[in-house]
Amino acid sequence: MASVKRLLYRLFGKGERVFEYAFGQRNNPFTWLGAFGWYFYWITAATGIYLYIFFDTGIVDAYASVEYMSNEQWYAAGIMRSLHRYASDALVVVAVLHLLREFAMDRLRGKHFFAWLTGVPLLAFIYICGISGYWLVWDKLAQYIAVATSEWLDALPFFAEPIANNFLDSATLGGRFFTLMVLIHIFAPLFMLLLMWVHVQRHSSARVNPPRSLAIGTMLAMLVLSLIYPAASQGPADLDVVPATVGLDWFYLAAYPLLEIVPGGRLWLYILGGFALLAALPWLPPEARTPEAKVSLANCNGCSRCFDDCPFSALTMMPRTDGRPYELEPVVNPDNCTSCGVCAGSCPTSTPFRRARPIEPGIDLPHRTISELRQRVMAPMNGDGDDPRVIVFACDQGSAELLDDEVHGVRVVKLPCVGMLPPSFVDFALSRRFADGVMLAGCAENDCFHRLGNEWTMRRMARERDPYLRQRVPEDRVDMAWLPPGAYRRRAKALQAFRARLRGLPDE
Amino acid sequence: MNNAFRIVLQAITYAAFAITVGYLSASPAYNYAEPGNATIKLSLSHASNRVKPCVRLTPQQIAELAPNMRQSEACERQRLPLTVELEIDGEVVANIDAPPSGLWDDGPASIYERFEVEPGTHAITARLRDSNRSDGWDYTHTEDATLVAGRYFTVTFRAETGGFSFR
Repeated sequence: MASVKRLLYRLFGKGERVFEYAFGQRNNPFTWLGAFGWYFYWITAATGIYLYIFFDTGIVDAYASVEYMSNEQWYAAGIMRSLHRYASDALVVVAVLHLLREFAMDRLRGKHFFAWLTGVPLLAFIYICGISGYWLVWDKLAQYIAVATSEWLDALPFFAEPIANNFLDSATLGGRFFTLMVLIHIFAPLFMLLLMWVHVQRHSSARVNPPRSLAIGTMLAMLVLSLIYPAASQGPADLDVVPATVGLDWFYLAAYPLLEIVPGGRLWLYILGGFALLAALPWLPPEARTPEAKVSLANCNGCSRCFDDCPFSALTMMPRTDGRPYELEPVVNPDNCTSCGVCAGSCPTSTPFRRARPIEPGIDLPHRTISELRQRVMAPMNGDGDDPRVIVFACDQGSAELLDDEVHGVRVVKLPCVGMLPPSFVDFALSRRFADGVMLAGCAENDCFHRLGNEWTMRRMARERDPYLRQRVPEDRVDMAWLPPGAYRRRAKALQAFRARLRGLPDE
Repeated sequence: MNNAFRIVLQAITYAAFAITVGYLSASPAYNYAEPGNATIKLSLSHASNRVKPCVRLTPQQIAELAPNMRQSEACERQRLPLTVELEIDGEVVANIDAPPSGLWDDGPASIYERFEVEPGTHAITARLRDSNRSDGWDYTHTEDATLVAGRYFTVTFRAETGGFSFR
């Protein structure tokens, strides 16, 4: 399992470089796969509602109504039909890539399991929606799907009479199963939406919309495709005629040809087994539990900054319980807390300038405290004479610790997430001369292992989000390297360039 | 220059995505069946005889039953498996034993099979056994049927209408 993960990790790492270059790191489409899933869902839903206005739900007239849309009303319903198909296909693409990428980045184990586990049945819903949709056109492809699906369902030991009997020939054709498909195609997407909502429940500020430029570009591409290569039916269904050759939608129907070589019952076992394995992946192997954030009410004034910044909705502001004259206090939900430390980074009491020893902020990680962070910053650093000394605050996900071995005058201070770093530490390191420069090294933009850690850090350092970096901190002595994990060479280059820049600065 | 190159790369990405989605949404075509062949569908659902015949109850036995459960016969639920054979031009192409459905083996047995055959006129015989006889068949039907390339020929069974039906 670990080797598959590593292989995928390398593939994504190398493959994404070109997209990062073309679109910029912030708009790298691979970091927006989940949001694209929502986007394609909404396109499919909106176009589906439009198509339903003109669709005749009777099995006899369904084909004619779809043909009317594609031919007589090609400029509106025809395009809608094409968009409906292509967006639903694109949904499969981004959902599968999203799943593979989250697996490769190991964002599924431990407390991350929830989004993964709720995402697995979403895949099944995508297929139920897609396959039932193809059924409704009632063309030759729909006939093939109806017969193959019912034969496949008959392999399950639930039905007293073969469902395939509904599609035996034109004399026995009944509309009841078709009506059932219409209902499934309406209600399955609604349940899917509910599940999508559950899927992001443990994510605060969930990203459900791709950036505008990517959304427009994708929509234009889909529109052009719909105009050049509109979705078409494959001739009316006739249950007396064998649909010998059909143009399959391989995104949805790739498993169907297997039915000719694998018994239906075994194929069910493979597919259900595959889903069970997917669902079990977060525990293969299980992640060691890390201690959750702890609140120190004696140091907390209930300002809610930790609540605002927590990426996993692990904090709730509740009425004060210690009798101090503040309205609220944060309460940690241990089931949601991933021990990223972003809450400690947001706490105004997490400042190294405080006189209290040891520093005890309002909220902290018991196993990696703000006080220890201060000691790491203050420890004497080896250096080569005049060479600038740099402290690199890096998250656990990168390979920044390797920089320590390479260069004298560099100290890498690792954090669970770069978002755990209060901006006051940058000021502290520079103003107290513990370093000549400070570098922040975290995950790539929009691809933070802990979701929002680097985003909040960027905004804190840009003095756009509380706690702000103080104005007196010289910007030319601070650098930030947001790189994908494993990008050691790029990180080393960024550090070299920063040190070269520091050498050129006048002594303070 | 760099920006122009990036825009070109973006356009290539969008185009590649659209082409991949467009192409795989309906191609390559899949050959579900050989177009030059006809296809026979054998489909039936039929309840076999019970494993043990029903026993007629005496008036005294009936009277001992609760008023809402009184009936003239006592029957064990379990049914026999169903055996069906399909022969084309003297060659047996299917010999299927189908178990009764249901948790207590008391439901109808179902059979559904597809066969591709060469078109033309064939002597087709279907046989069915739903009793515990050791040899022979309870229902047999033979017909010379003309099978057309690319079309289905269905073999079904309904005991109420006399047995097999070919169409």
